[in-house]
Amino acid sequence: MAVGASQSRTGLGDRLRSWQVHHRLSALDSLSRLLRSPVSSLMTWLVIGIALALPVGLSVALDNARSVSVGWDSPAQISLFLRSEVSMDAAGLLRERILERSDVASARLVSRDQALEEFRQLSGFGDILQNLDDNPLPNLVLVTPLGGDGQAQRAAELQLALQDEAGVERAVLDMEWVQRLNALVELSQRAVGALGAILCLGVLLVIGNTIRLAIENRRQEILVIKLVGGSDAFVRRPFLYTGFWYGLGGALLAWLVVAVALWWLRGPMATLALLYQSDFVLEGLGFLDSLGLLVAGALLGLLGAWLAVARHLSAVQPR
Amino acid sequence: MIAFDRVSKRYPQGHEALSEVSFTIDSDEMVFLTGHSGAGKSTLLKLIMLMERPSRGQVVVNGQNLKAMKPSRIPLLRRDIGVVFQNHQLLFDRTVFDNVALPLLIAGYSPRDTGRRVRAALDKVGLLAREKSMPITLSGGEQQRVGIARAVVNKPSVLLADEPTGNLDPALSAEIMQLFEQFNQVGVTVLVASHDLALISRLHHRILTLRQGRLIAQGAGD
Ligand SMILES: Nc1ncnc2c1ncn2[C@@H]1O[C@H](COP(=O)(O)OP(=O)(O)O)[C@@H](O)[C@H]1O
Ligand SMILES: [Mg+2]
Repeated sequence: MAVGASQSRTGLGDRLRSWQVHHRLSALDSLSRLLRSPVSSLMTWLVIGIALALPVGLSVALDNARSVSVGWDSPAQISLFLRSEVSMDAAGLLRERILERSDVASARLVSRDQALEEFRQLSGFGDILQNLDDNPLPNLVLVTPLGGDGQAQRAAELQLALQDEAGVERAVLDMEWVQRLNALVELSQRAVGALGAILCLGVLLVIGNTIRLAIENRRQEILVIKLVGGSDAFVRRPFLYTGFWYGLGGALLAWLVVAVALWWLRGPMATLALLYQSDFVLEGLGFLDSLGLLVAGALLGLLGAWLAVARHLSAVQPR
Repeated sequence: MIAFDRVSKRYPQGHEALSEVSFTIDSDEMVFLTGHSGAGKSTLLKLIMLMERPSRGQVVVNGQNLKAMKPSRIPLLRRDIGVVFQNHQLLFDRTVFDNVALPLLIAGYSPRDTGRRVRAALDKVGLLAREKSMPITLSGGEQQRVGIARAVVNKPSVLLADEPTGNLDPALSAEIMQLFEQFNQVGVTVLVASHDLALISRLHHRILTLRQGRLIAQGAGD
């Protein structure tokens, strides 16, 4: 039968080789088509690049913020401000009692006189304080909770328990700001995730629409290919590669934008870290993150192209 | 071999373009299809290529009933049918060579085989020297011959032509018909739609005549 015969005219090995050849041709041809209209391609790449750079840049910033809060390994401290009527003896007893707790590492009693002296030295307000008739500071017990896993949680529980001790005016957990930062980082991560999802959807639509236009532009070619026996896969291939290149190029641009932004921030960040006597360094995109960004971009491009092709290619039929 | 068995075609919200058409064309035959504009010639050719599907009746090509053919098999059917159009459907963004090579690229020939076959086809239509030209630089007759080279480059068993000489002067038209006869002589089934009665009645082949979608004659020429 003739239809069968046309298949057997070429061997399987030949067909496989030519299939590879067509993949290579399609890939190169669609790339060179993009490069032949550099302005409009660059516009699309920029749109995709910026849309990808935004969530990627933000999540890099958040990773850095988290490394600050995680790197905060000085143990939490709870300051117990005692009521003014509590004597030093009673305060000593309270300290002993607290020390017996299993979740407390250490407790130190600071008398109001000691506290005033420390404050005088540290604050530089020495002269003004000299003129005070009365010491406004209360007696103080500084409690260090036991460290280890989940210390933030346990420190918070300890704070609540100590708050209820007799003679305690107020229990203040010094780690609170770290916790707030943590909570904020977590919240921001969700927000960035949502933003990322929305922007990825945007990228899909941009690529889909660009591919739709490409299909429209190459309508005649598609018709002729279908007329001379091109399979759907054959017709699809160059458009899928076009989407691939758009996605990959956009991801490359996004990487560049993030890298430049980080480079731009590195100097001021170092100064800031120095002011806070921190050895914090701004972390950029690692190798795996960069690779992930490129792969994600290329996959988004492929997916967008696939959606456009599935929707619009079947409408182009020879009549 | 092409066989129509009581084939009717009605376009969506249209009258019947073909009504109860039955005929058989043997593998070694060359046949003309004629009739006034609107008689249904193009529709008949489109049914053979599955560009349209019949409303009723059966079309069999090379022993394959097209009714049972799955959409995924249509490309294979078309690779075995060469088509030539009046407006030749060339791609103007690539060379003559690349236009003719397209069916081979699709069918998966190696670059070496492709080069050999494309040059053989171009040689056949007398355009070997123009392989690197862009189609736009060719005359109408030359463009049509590029279209023919593309239609035969994959050595199809069936060659269809829809008004292939519509825009050409009589001398060029006769040349084109001679080309088709040559392909027929090496065993290709040829079906040519043309309303140029003066031309086709001089060639001694069977003529199918359509009038308003009905086959009113399918006798021998002259
Ligand atoms: N796609 C279509 N939709 C609706 N009617 C069509 C379509 N194609 C052709 N027709 C109608 O079918 C009839 C036959 O057309 P066609 O096969 O093109 O004739 P011919 O090629 O002999 O001129 C005409 O009346 C034409 O208007
Ligand atoms: Mg017609």
